[in-house]
Amino acid sequence: MEQKDDNISAMCKPAVGEAGRTGDWRDATPVIDHSKCIASVKNRPACYLCWLYCPDGIVTAGVPVRIDLEYCKGCGICAEECPAKAITMVMHGEDGK
Amino acid sequence: MSHVEIMTGNQAAAWGAKLAKVQVISAYPITPSTPVTETISQWVERGELKSEYIRVESEHSVMTVCVSASSVGARTFTATCSHGLLYMHEQLHWAAGSRLPIVLACVNRGVGAPWSIFNDQQDSIAQRDTGWIQIYCRDNQEILDSVLQAYRIAEQVYCPVMVCYDGFILSHTMMPVEIPAAEQVDRFLPPYKPHTILSPEEPRNINPVIFPWQRRDAEGVLRDGYMDIRWKLQNALEKSRDVIVETGREFAEAFGRDHGGMLWTYLTEDAEVLIAGMGSLATEATTAADILRGEGIRAGAVGVRVYRPFPRAEVREAFKNAPAVVVFEKDISYGYEGALCSDIKAALYGAGIRTPIHNFIAGLGGRDVKARELAEAVRSSLAAIAAGTNERQTWLNCVTE
Repeated sequence: MEQKDDNISAMCKPAVGEAGRTGDWRDATPVIDHSKCIASVKNRPACYLCWLYCPDGIVTAGVPVRIDLEYCKGCGICAEECPAKAITMVMHGEDGK
Repeated sequence: MSHVEIMTGNQAAAWGAKLAKVQVISAYPITPSTPVTETISQWVERGELKSEYIRVESEHSVMTVCVSASSVGARTFTATCSHGLLYMHEQLHWAAGSRLPIVLACVNRGVGAPWSIFNDQQDSIAQRDTGWIQIYCRDNQEILDSVLQAYRIAEQVYCPVMVCYDGFILSHTMMPVEIPAAEQVDRFLPPYKPHTILSPEEPRNINPVIFPWQRRDAEGVLRDGYMDIRWKLQNALEKSRDVIVETGREFAEAFGRDHGGMLWTYLTEDAEVLIAGMGSLATEATTAADILRGEGIRAGAVGVRVYRPFPRAEVREAFKNAPAVVVFEKDISYGYEGALCSDIKAALYGAGIRTPIHNFIAGLGGRDVKARELAEAVRSSLAAIAAGTNERQTWLNCVTE
């Protein structure tokens, strides 16, 4: 049998996904061109302005840089701030893909 | 040992909080409720009450402090009224929605505009739909006793309770009040067990954004949506009636004083007319019933003690055989009628009772209401009912032309 919510007020334990998977809010998806991304080109931690500016904290500052599309709302700030113009916002079609 | 002292209604409320060993008090002064927390602050300052007294800049903050303190497991108390209560309005919803057993003494006072510091019940009636239980007291003893009962009720059903009593009429009037022994209160009132404790060991998000629909959490448990949680609050208030009645009964057994659970009656059995009201106005109604009986009119009085949850069954029982009902109240739902009158009518509808009901709006902004004026109003209503007027609204002692 399914476990019932026995809380009498709204609460949850802090965990990944507790605020809802917000990736489906997105109308445009950021796509990284790693031949332009400074961290990838230098092959060492560098720049990371996308990570710094992402309001949802879903950019991983690694080599290469990764964006968690489960939570990315598609705001496009990373693409706007990228000094190498390595991120392109690809608009979804009318079918939502 | 219990002992009797002569005290005001405000002191009685403070004594209730002291005996309940409240752990956190927050308040902002407002007439006529100020002496409640003034008294408590003196006890805290002298070390007679081991509590945190938190001073803030507004009533809105008062209730946020109460919500926070109650969330981490503290028994919490405050007192306010009128504009202070209205300023708290948003946080009253938060307290109830968070299911926190906070107790608030509401010293009923009219609301502006224009300014009035005097008594009516518009302030607490305007908070009717916040999800708080509301108890209306008749005298100072009932105020002290109701604060104790309020904690026991609140902490069982996890809903906040407003203990309401009329400003100045009770708050500043002295009466003999029996102060029960602390050990006796401890036996009656077990320690507060919070339904959730917010603690660093087990972090939680409390009241995050809730979507309209149900949703699986990170562990895969299907969590309530907004509406499911709100139904739980409604269900808790509906079910709290039994707890309120049982608490009143057990209080009577332990302390020898029975204030009635949801509703009390006076000389109703053979009555040809019932006078209904809440708080001190209902006490006045008992005197009016005596006056009318002295004149050969078999009158009785019904006091609605708990307004939310509304005593649906008790109202039906009390009014089912009454040939006439006259409701006096110190509030008005502008554009319609007195809120109590509407609720009484609504309760009777479901039982098919078609008693004529007259509504008197009385004593707004502290206008005096005397028992003989109530008796006179009842006589005029009986004459109108005999002439076929089943429904009537009258503003007592008021220029309406």
